[in-house]
Amino acid sequence: MIAEAVLVIALGVAAGLVAGLFGVGGGIIFVPTLSVILGLAQLDAEATSLLAIVPVAALGSWRQARAGTVRWRDAGIIGAVSAASAVGGALLADAAPERLLRAGFALLLLATAAQLVARARRAGDRGAGS
Amino acid sequence: MRRSETVTASDPSTASAPRAGGLATLAVIGLAAGLMASLFGVGGGIVVVPLLILLVRYDARAATATSLAAIVVTAAAGTAAHGVLGNVHWGTAALVGIPAMAGVAAGVALKDRVSNRALTHGFAALLVAVAVRMLLP
Repeated sequence: MIAEAVLVIALGVAAGLVAGLFGVGGGIIFVPTLSVILGLAQLDAEATSLLAIVPVAALGSWRQARAGTVRWRDAGIIGAVSAASAVGGALLADAAPERLLRAGFALLLLATAAQLVARARRAGDRGAGS
Repeated sequence: MRRSETVTASDPSTASAPRAGGLATLAVIGLAAGLMASLFGVGGGIVVVPLLILLVRYDARAATATSLAAIVVTAAAGTAAHGVLGNVHWGTAALVGIPAMAGVAAGVALKDRVSNRALTHGFAALLVAVAVRMLLP
Protein backbone atom coordinates (compact mmCIF):
# COMPACT_ATOMS: atom_id res chain seq x y z
CA MET A 1 0.00 0.00 0.00
CA ILE A 2 2.76 2.43 0.97
CA ALA A 3 5.00 1.14 -1.84
CA GLU A 4 2.11 1.71 -4.23
CA ALA A 5 1.61 5.28 -3.02
CA VAL A 6 5.33 6.01 -3.40
CA LEU A 7 5.27 4.60 -6.94
CA VAL A 8 2.22 6.68 -7.84
CA ILE A 9 3.81 9.86 -6.45
CA ALA A 10 7.04 9.11 -8.37
CA LEU A 11 5.04 8.62 -11.57
CA GLY A 12 3.27 11.91 -10.86
CA VAL A 13 6.65 13.68 -10.74
CA ALA A 14 7.69 11.87 -13.94
CA ALA A 15 4.46 12.93 -15.67
CA GLY A 16 5.15 16.57 -14.87
CA LEU A 17 8.77 16.23 -15.95
CA VAL A 18 7.90 14.91 -19.41
CA ALA A 19 5.14 17.49 -19.74
CA GLY A 20 7.68 20.23 -19.13
CA LEU A 21 10.35 18.63 -21.32
CA PHE A 22 8.33 17.48 -24.32
CA GLY A 23 5.17 19.55 -24.13
CA VAL A 24 3.18 16.33 -24.21
CA GLY A 25 2.67 14.19 -21.18
CA GLY A 26 0.75 14.73 -18.06
CA GLY A 27 -2.26 12.73 -19.15
CA ILE A 28 -0.30 10.22 -21.15
CA ILE A 29 1.38 9.11 -17.90
CA PHE A 30 -1.51 9.87 -15.51
CA VAL A 31 -4.01 7.58 -17.25
CA PRO A 32 -1.89 4.37 -17.22
CA THR A 33 -0.76 5.16 -13.65
CA LEU A 34 -4.35 5.43 -12.49
CA SER A 35 -5.68 2.48 -14.48
CA VAL A 36 -2.83 -0.04 -14.50
CA ILE A 37 -1.30 0.66 -11.07
CA LEU A 38 -4.20 1.97 -9.00
CA GLY A 39 -6.77 -0.17 -10.81
CA LEU A 40 -9.26 2.57 -11.69
CA ALA A 41 -11.67 1.86 -14.54
CA GLN A 42 -10.45 3.39 -17.81
CA LEU A 43 -13.27 5.97 -17.80
CA ASP A 44 -12.52 7.04 -14.22
CA ALA A 45 -8.77 7.12 -14.90
CA GLU A 46 -9.32 9.47 -17.84
CA ALA A 47 -11.69 11.75 -15.92
CA THR A 48 -9.34 11.89 -12.92
CA SER A 49 -6.34 12.53 -15.18
CA LEU A 50 -8.11 15.60 -16.62
CA LEU A 51 -8.46 17.08 -13.15
CA ALA A 52 -4.78 16.43 -12.38
CA ILE A 53 -3.79 18.11 -15.66
CA VAL A 54 -5.38 21.47 -14.72
CA PRO A 55 -2.79 22.63 -12.12
CA VAL A 56 0.11 21.11 -14.06
CA ALA A 57 -0.79 22.92 -17.30
CA ALA A 58 -1.51 26.13 -15.37
CA LEU A 59 1.91 26.03 -13.70
CA GLY A 60 3.70 25.06 -16.92
CA SER A 61 2.14 27.84 -18.96
CA TRP A 62 2.73 30.37 -16.18
CA ARG A 63 6.47 29.49 -16.25
CA GLN A 64 6.55 29.80 -20.05
CA ALA A 65 4.46 32.97 -20.05
CA ARG A 66 7.32 34.70 -18.31
CA ALA A 67 9.47 33.85 -21.34
CA GLY A 68 6.79 35.48 -23.49
CA THR A 69 6.05 32.47 -25.67
CA VAL A 70 2.32 32.08 -24.94
CA ARG A 71 0.03 33.71 -27.55
CA TRP A 72 -2.92 34.50 -25.34
CA ARG A 73 -5.47 35.39 -28.02
CA ASP A 74 -4.99 32.10 -29.85
CA ALA A 75 -4.86 30.10 -26.61
CA GLY A 76 -8.13 31.75 -25.55
CA ILE A 77 -9.93 30.86 -28.78
CA ILE A 78 -8.70 27.26 -28.75
CA GLY A 79 -9.58 26.95 -25.06
CA ALA A 80 -13.09 28.35 -25.47
CA VAL A 81 -13.98 26.10 -28.41
CA SER A 82 -12.39 23.06 -26.77
CA ALA A 83 -14.48 23.61 -23.62
CA ALA A 84 -17.63 22.96 -25.65
CA SER A 85 -16.29 19.87 -27.43
CA ALA A 86 -14.84 18.56 -24.16
CA VAL A 87 -18.37 18.37 -22.74
CA GLY A 88 -19.48 16.43 -25.83
CA GLY A 89 -16.46 14.16 -25.54
CA ALA A 90 -17.23 13.42 -21.90
CA LEU A 91 -20.75 12.30 -22.80
CA LEU A 92 -19.36 10.05 -25.55
CA ALA A 93 -16.71 8.58 -23.24
CA ASP A 94 -19.31 7.97 -20.55
CA ALA A 95 -21.39 5.92 -22.98
CA ALA A 96 -18.49 4.07 -24.61
CA PRO A 97 -17.52 0.52 -23.60
CA GLU A 98 -14.46 0.21 -21.32
CA ARG A 99 -12.51 -1.93 -23.79
CA LEU A 100 -12.96 0.59 -26.59
CA LEU A 101 -11.72 3.45 -24.40
CA ARG A 102 -8.69 1.42 -23.38
CA ALA A 103 -7.83 0.37 -26.93
CA GLY A 104 -8.29 3.96 -28.13
CA PHE A 105 -5.93 5.20 -25.45
CA ALA A 106 -3.31 2.58 -26.37
CA LEU A 107 -3.49 3.75 -30.01
CA LEU A 108 -3.06 7.34 -28.84
CA LEU A 109 0.12 6.28 -26.99
CA LEU A 110 1.50 4.70 -30.16
CA ALA A 111 0.66 7.82 -32.20
CA THR A 112 2.35 10.00 -29.59
CA ALA A 113 5.48 7.83 -29.66
CA ALA A 114 5.60 8.07 -33.47
CA GLN A 115 5.18 11.82 -33.37
CA LEU A 116 7.96 12.26 -30.78
CA VAL A 117 10.37 10.22 -32.88
CA ALA A 118 9.46 12.18 -36.03
CA ARG A 119 9.96 15.44 -34.16
CA ALA A 120 13.38 14.36 -32.85
CA ARG A 121 14.37 13.31 -36.36
CA ARG A 122 13.40 16.70 -37.80
CA ALA A 123 15.32 18.47 -35.05
CA GLY A 124 18.30 16.21 -35.83
CA ASP A 125 18.14 17.09 -39.55
CA ARG A 126 18.47 20.74 -38.72
CA GLY A 127 21.66 20.18 -36.77
CA ALA A 128 21.53 21.40 -33.20
CA GLY A 129 17.75 21.49 -33.25
CA SER A 130 15.46 22.94 -30.65
CA MET B 1 14.60 26.77 -35.65
CA ARG B 2 16.99 27.19 -38.52
CA ARG B 3 14.37 26.19 -41.06
CA SER B 4 11.85 28.79 -39.91
CA GLU B 5 14.51 31.47 -40.05
CA THR B 6 15.21 30.79 -43.69
CA VAL B 7 11.49 30.76 -44.47
CA THR B 8 10.79 34.04 -42.77
CA ALA B 9 13.94 35.77 -43.98
CA SER B 10 12.29 36.56 -47.32
CA ASP B 11 9.15 37.83 -45.64
CA PRO B 12 9.93 40.57 -43.10
CA SER B 13 6.31 40.87 -41.93
CA THR B 14 6.51 37.46 -40.28
CA ALA B 15 10.14 37.56 -39.24
CA SER B 16 9.65 38.85 -35.70
CA ALA B 17 6.11 37.77 -34.89
CA PRO B 18 4.35 34.99 -36.82
CA ARG B 19 0.83 35.99 -37.82
CA ALA B 20 -2.03 35.34 -35.44
CA GLY B 21 -4.11 32.31 -36.37
CA GLY B 22 -7.32 32.54 -38.39
CA LEU B 23 -10.45 32.16 -36.31
CA ALA B 24 -11.75 29.12 -38.22
CA THR B 25 -8.42 27.32 -38.02
CA LEU B 26 -8.12 27.93 -34.29
CA ALA B 27 -11.73 26.80 -33.79
CA VAL B 28 -11.04 23.50 -35.58
CA ILE B 29 -7.94 22.96 -33.43
CA GLY B 30 -10.00 23.68 -30.30
CA LEU B 31 -12.75 21.29 -31.39
CA ALA B 32 -10.25 18.45 -31.86
CA ALA B 33 -8.50 19.25 -28.59
CA GLY B 34 -11.70 19.11 -26.53
CA LEU B 35 -12.77 15.77 -27.99
CA MET B 36 -9.33 14.25 -27.45
CA ALA B 37 -9.21 15.51 -23.89
CA SER B 38 -12.53 14.10 -22.74
CA LEU B 39 -12.30 10.86 -24.71
CA PHE B 40 -8.74 9.99 -23.66
CA GLY B 41 -8.05 11.95 -20.49
CA VAL B 42 -5.13 13.85 -22.00
CA GLY B 43 -4.71 17.56 -22.47
CA GLY B 44 -4.86 17.51 -26.24
CA GLY B 45 -1.34 18.85 -26.74
CA ILE B 46 -0.65 15.87 -28.96
CA VAL B 47 -2.99 17.38 -31.59
CA VAL B 48 -2.75 21.08 -30.70
CA VAL B 49 1.05 21.38 -30.93
CA PRO B 50 1.49 19.86 -34.43
CA LEU B 51 -1.61 21.65 -35.76
CA LEU B 52 -0.35 25.04 -34.53
CA ILE B 53 2.99 24.36 -36.22
CA LEU B 54 1.48 23.09 -39.49
CA LEU B 55 -1.56 25.33 -39.89
CA VAL B 56 -0.66 28.52 -38.05
CA ARG B 57 3.12 28.43 -38.62
CA TYR B 58 4.03 28.58 -34.96
CA ASP B 59 7.55 27.61 -33.97
CA ALA B 60 7.79 24.62 -31.64
CA ARG B 61 8.35 26.68 -28.52
CA ALA B 62 5.39 29.01 -29.00
CA ALA B 63 3.20 26.05 -30.01
CA THR B 64 4.04 24.16 -26.82
CA ALA B 65 3.51 27.17 -24.57
CA THR B 66 0.25 28.26 -26.21
CA SER B 67 -1.07 24.70 -26.23
CA LEU B 68 -0.34 24.39 -22.51
CA ALA B 69 -2.30 27.58 -21.77
CA ALA B 70 -5.30 26.39 -23.83
CA ILE B 71 -5.19 23.00 -22.08
CA VAL B 72 -5.94 24.62 -18.72
CA VAL B 73 -9.38 25.57 -20.07
CA THR B 74 -9.86 22.29 -21.99
CA ALA B 75 -9.03 20.10 -19.01
CA ALA B 76 -11.12 22.19 -16.60
CA ALA B 77 -14.18 21.89 -18.87
CA GLY B 78 -13.59 18.15 -19.33
CA THR B 79 -13.21 17.70 -15.57
CA ALA B 80 -16.45 19.59 -14.91
CA ALA B 81 -18.37 17.43 -17.39
CA HIS B 82 -16.87 14.17 -16.11
CA GLY B 83 -17.43 15.40 -12.54
CA VAL B 84 -21.15 15.83 -13.16
CA LEU B 85 -21.21 12.32 -14.64
CA GLY B 86 -19.55 11.03 -11.45
CA ASN B 87 -16.33 9.77 -13.06
CA VAL B 88 -13.74 11.90 -11.23
CA HIS B 89 -11.83 10.56 -8.19
CA TRP B 90 -10.94 13.88 -6.58
CA GLY B 91 -8.45 12.74 -3.91
CA THR B 92 -6.62 10.44 -6.32
CA ALA B 93 -6.15 13.33 -8.75
CA ALA B 94 -4.27 15.21 -6.02
CA LEU B 95 -2.03 12.16 -5.44
CA VAL B 96 -0.64 12.39 -9.00
CA GLY B 97 -1.33 16.06 -9.75
CA ILE B 98 0.57 17.65 -6.87
CA PRO B 99 3.82 15.68 -7.46
CA ALA B 100 3.46 16.48 -11.16
CA MET B 101 3.52 20.20 -10.39
CA ALA B 102 7.02 19.75 -8.95
CA GLY B 103 7.96 17.72 -12.02
CA VAL B 104 6.72 20.23 -14.58
CA ALA B 105 8.66 23.07 -12.98
CA ALA B 106 11.83 20.96 -13.19
CA GLY B 107 11.04 19.88 -16.77
CA VAL B 108 10.57 23.42 -18.02
CA ALA B 109 13.82 24.48 -16.31
CA LEU B 110 15.75 21.53 -17.79
CA LYS B 111 14.31 21.86 -21.28
CA ASP B 112 17.07 24.05 -22.70
CA ARG B 113 19.88 22.22 -20.95
CA VAL B 114 19.39 18.59 -21.87
CA SER B 115 20.10 17.19 -25.30
CA ASN B 116 16.78 15.52 -25.72
CA ARG B 117 17.24 13.24 -28.71
CA ALA B 118 18.12 10.11 -26.76
CA LEU B 119 15.62 11.15 -24.10
CA THR B 120 12.87 11.47 -26.70
CA HIS B 121 13.58 8.02 -28.12
CA GLY B 122 13.61 6.54 -24.64
CA PHE B 123 10.30 8.16 -23.78
CA ALA B 124 8.78 6.99 -27.09
CA ALA B 125 9.89 3.42 -26.36
CA LEU B 126 8.30 3.63 -22.90
CA LEU B 127 5.01 4.78 -24.44
CA VAL B 128 5.02 1.82 -26.84
CA ALA B 129 5.61 -0.55 -23.91
CA VAL B 130 2.72 0.99 -21.95
CA ALA B 131 0.47 0.76 -25.03
CA VAL B 132 1.24 -2.96 -25.40
CA ARG B 133 0.56 -3.51 -21.70
CA MET B 134 -2.80 -1.75 -21.99
CA LEU B 135 -3.82 -3.71 -25.09
CA LEU B 136 -3.26 -7.00 -23.23
CA PRO B 137 -6.37 -8.25 -21.45
